[in-house]
Amino acid sequence: MSMENALPISHRQRLWLYALGGLVMLFLIAPSVIIVIMSFSGSSLLEFPPQEWSLRWYESYFGSLEWRDATVVSVKVAVMTAIVATLLGTAAAYAINARTLRLTGLINALLTASLIIPVILIGIGTFFLYARIGLNNTLTGLVIAHTVQALPLVVLTVLSGLRSYDMNQEMVARSLGAGRFSAFFQVTMPQIRFSIVSGTLFAFITSFDEVVVSLFISGGETTTLTRRMFNALRDQIDPTIAAISTCLIVLSIVLLSAAQLFGRGR
Amino acid sequence: MSIVSASLDHAGKPDRAFNAEALDADARREARGMLALLSLGLFLVFAVIIVPIGWLFWLSLFDEGGQLSAANYARFFEQASYIKTFVTTFKVAFTVTGACVLLGYPLAYMLSQLPRRAASICLIFVILPFWTSVLVRTYAWLVILQRKGLVNTWLMDLGVISQPLPLANNFAGVVIGMTHIMLPFLVLPLYASMKTIDVDCLRAGMNLGASPAATFRQIFFPLSLPGLASGLVIVFVLCLGFFVTPALMGGGKVIMWAMRMEQTTSLYSNWGAGAALGVVLLAVTLALLGLFHWLLGTRATGVWSRR
Repeated sequence: MSMENALPISHRQRLWLYALGGLVMLFLIAPSVIIVIMSFSGSSLLEFPPQEWSLRWYESYFGSLEWRDATVVSVKVAVMTAIVATLLGTAAAYAINARTLRLTGLINALLTASLIIPVILIGIGTFFLYARIGLNNTLTGLVIAHTVQALPLVVLTVLSGLRSYDMNQEMVARSLGAGRFSAFFQVTMPQIRFSIVSGTLFAFITSFDEVVVSLFISGGETTTLTRRMFNALRDQIDPTIAAISTCLIVLSIVLLSAAQLFGRGR
Repeated sequence: MSIVSASLDHAGKPDRAFNAEALDADARREARGMLALLSLGLFLVFAVIIVPIGWLFWLSLFDEGGQLSAANYARFFEQASYIKTFVTTFKVAFTVTGACVLLGYPLAYMLSQLPRRAASICLIFVILPFWTSVLVRTYAWLVILQRKGLVNTWLMDLGVISQPLPLANNFAGVVIGMTHIMLPFLVLPLYASMKTIDVDCLRAGMNLGASPAATFRQIFFPLSLPGLASGLVIVFVLCLGFFVTPALMGGGKVIMWAMRMEQTTSLYSNWGAGAALGVVLLAVTLALLGLFHWLLGTRATGVWSRR
């Protein structure tokens, strides 16, 4: 909306609206900001603003073997999930976009089912299934479960990229003799790569932040970071979690900015 | 374009092209290729979501002795603790949805009225929490609201209260934490739909002498209702099955549906009862989304594709 389109209402008349909107924005962002600041506190009481500053909670995070192992598990699972979900999701989005199949509605519903089915039900169901095929407490099991949750995000992101791309270009390449695959990889993919990369980043973060399903199917040596955090929070509030939370917030900011940057490159 | 020009047969209908069979075979091959591309993704969804849920549904139909019975479902009406869980769940869901509307509508309205650049900067405040771990945000609220937390310390230092307010480990804590997590799910679809409202309609209203308030009430607000409804439904549905925040901030006093499922299966290993809870939760979720789809003709799940 450009400014000359604006209504004849002055900003002054709208001050109350800006004030209200600003308060809600504060409500949304304040918790993250407070946690980041508190994580540098020197006391174990987590006061705000901190009386003395220190990095002791970061030392406690990086120095703990348990936390480090859990972080490594989460990173491994998230990287693998991002790769698998990107491959499967991009293939699926391509097929949906081609519209050659009937039942597209059903296919869409199935692929995006994990967005609306209560996660707790997926968690219990996956645990139940894995108990029978021996996939509980394994990296493979985690990657499969997380891929199913990340898949819709990749499909939707890539699909929106494909919708703004003219598929005739690929047809032209094929009519000039390019094979199916080289036409896709040389003509289509370079033009939708930003959507694909965004989808990959969303898949990574979906897996890395996933709590409920991991709570059921991870454990022992494959305990994810979020599962360990959840259990730690159930017992008592350990200030180390403030340092871990800060790392997670920074990770979200980095990945989101990357997705934004890639998105702008379009 | 095509070397085949369709001839007309005696009845005047287009004749089938002489290479029709080759074209059909081609189309079939194409369809098979596309199905192959979809197959792995569909297989995973089928194996990890559809099969286990179907299995749980099957389990829910048998009682503990292995007899076919409705005992797992009848229990919901008979045992007071189940009824209490449902009442709590709906109470939380309604309160959180209401709070999201009160906070989210003004924010979405402001975003829709700001110039593009300012709006995209303000949107960061909605999108960043949306992508921050639920666990991190729940932890933050625990730290802020607990007995010796930020809010209580500040209020006591200021002399507003002499005793710490009970803000965490109860209903209030769950509602505050969940409102924070659900708010982006309401604001994003609402904002997207408000952006599509034609400014000319509003300008026409004002040119005809309507006050800004009347223009808002009579033109803008009604046009924003579909977007609001879509946000409402998705927030409500997500609340019904929400687990992390009530589990951590309810202090064991606010038992919601999903927590009940976890307790029944993990703690008591009663799979039939847990499964029945899951089946009813899924049915209510799908019924609400279906009702919305039927009433408004759009899907409520657009929030994920319109980021």
